[in-house]
Amino acid sequence: MPNTQELQDLVVQVRRDILRMVHKVNSGHPGGSLGCTEFFVALYNEVMELKDGFDMDGIGEDLFFLSNGHISPVFYSVLARRGYFPIEELNTFRLIDSRLQGHPTTHEGLPGVRVASGSLGQGMSVAIGAAQAKKLNGDDHLVFSLHGDGELQEGQNWEAIMYAAGNKVDNLISTVDRNGQQIDGATEDVLPIGDVAEKFKVFGWDVLEIEDGNNLEQVVAGLKEAKSRTGKGKPVCIVMTTEMGNGVDFMMHTHAWHGKAPSDEQLANALEQNPETLGDY
Amino acid sequence: MTKYTDQGKQDTRSGYGAGMTELGRTNPNVVALCADLVGSLKIETFIEENPERFFQVGIAEANMMGMAAGLTIGGKIPFASTFANFATGRVYDQIRQSIAYSDKNVKICASHAGLTLGEDGATHQILEDIGLMKMLPGMTVINPCDYNQTKAATIAIAEHHGPVYLRFGRPKVANFTPVDQKFEIGKALMLNEGTDVTIIATGHLVWEALIAAESLENQGISAEVINIHTIKPLDDKAILDSVKKTGCVVTAEEHNYLGGLGESVARVLASNHPAPQEFVATQDTFGESGTPEQLMEKYGLNNKAIEEAVLKVLKRK
Repeated sequence: MPNTQELQDLVVQVRRDILRMVHKVNSGHPGGSLGCTEFFVALYNEVMELKDGFDMDGIGEDLFFLSNGHISPVFYSVLARRGYFPIEELNTFRLIDSRLQGHPTTHEGLPGVRVASGSLGQGMSVAIGAAQAKKLNGDDHLVFSLHGDGELQEGQNWEAIMYAAGNKVDNLISTVDRNGQQIDGATEDVLPIGDVAEKFKVFGWDVLEIEDGNNLEQVVAGLKEAKSRTGKGKPVCIVMTTEMGNGVDFMMHTHAWHGKAPSDEQLANALEQNPETLGDY
Repeated sequence: MTKYTDQGKQDTRSGYGAGMTELGRTNPNVVALCADLVGSLKIETFIEENPERFFQVGIAEANMMGMAAGLTIGGKIPFASTFANFATGRVYDQIRQSIAYSDKNVKICASHAGLTLGEDGATHQILEDIGLMKMLPGMTVINPCDYNQTKAATIAIAEHHGPVYLRFGRPKVANFTPVDQKFEIGKALMLNEGTDVTIIATGHLVWEALIAAESLENQGISAEVINIHTIKPLDDKAILDSVKKTGCVVTAEEHNYLGGLGESVARVLASNHPAPQEFVATQDTFGESGTPEQLMEKYGLNNKAIEEAVLKVLKRK
């Protein structure tokens, strides 16, 4: 297991990857990616039990589904640095003929991705199906999923939330990234989502909160706590408060960087705030 | 003309149920999902015999399609079933992204397709589903014609890797294909050889095409009748071989003429061997309440309509 300093170094390096990927093609979603960097680093390097290599069925290992597919930069960076595909391939993000499509997909055969996402609200249903397949296969590994808070405005989530509790899908840990922002502004202005934890609770989920989703130790502890609550008859939800654009001062406290790339100067400034740790691709 | 005997009227959805019963006994990876329509889909026996392999999702079709996609991860072969309207139009984006684009081995099994759903009316009578599904890259689209063929198709699609849309119906109709006929995806069936006109039919219209062909024979017109059960991938060769011989074609389907089998046939002909074609299909309209027979009569989807279309197309040769 890596120590905290190694994970912290990885966090900074992943931030650099995100910024450089998005800058190169002048498109993509840096804000939510930066906000979830600690979560992805912790999940893939400290929490999930993973086999070497990649096969679609993933029997005998934990699975992860990204529902808010637009934060593909952080997903790709963490997958590459976990060894799913060459780190240099991050250079091809959003380019023609790339396996690193704008939103994650299985279509080009990128290792680590098990379903396409991007059209919002679909990931929890897929995660539930995969969790049920694990039960049928007698595989006691877990299924993790990540969802944006704005994404909860999609009705399919509530079908899935109701199903998972009603059918005791207790090998599922769904995390909601509560950054409070969406494209058109604050979630509470666009369409109020209210108390996410309370909503999941009344639907019958076991809910815990990570108060600072950009504090690596809190994220690791929260995810491990969630794991300890699986297998007890309830699906587990983590409501994780994050700061969009975390780690780059001018990208924080605003929704402006949801889907916008930094200029050359802005990139230089952002990278200066995140000095190279493990080596740029 | 080749004689076909109705072995006793049955609904195609019961063919699906019988196919599921057999799959439940023979293929441990097959799982079933349903959105509060178990009785309508006739899968009670599968559920009774394999309760752990059945997922009742409630009235939540979007979640059902996503769950079906997820169940394939781990090697399951999900059969997700509900009414055709709720299995396609209602959940198009879920099918598009989580199933088709993600190349998931999901079988979307849709009952109560078309006008013959009857009295429930247009809210439930989808006539656009073939078009919706055939436009999705990688999706196989199958519309069997009777109980035996639906049962055989249900069993066959479990062996095919990739997303499939299997469309069938509510009413009891003639069951005339051989009980042991092997179902080959993408392979047209020659039901009657003829020389003057080709009738290409799918679903409930196949039996009507046979009745029409018999009547035409009495008028001295030799009609070739082809059963296209797989609309995608289409058996181009069977269509071209026949139309090259007869020189004209009538297509017949319980679907809008926009987006249906007829348009697929027209594409093959236009690209390879242009020929006069008439379309027996609904004319860009919604349905309405009524008995199946009344609706098929009113919207021009029965043997009489096929016969008229043949007489019309022959004049255009």
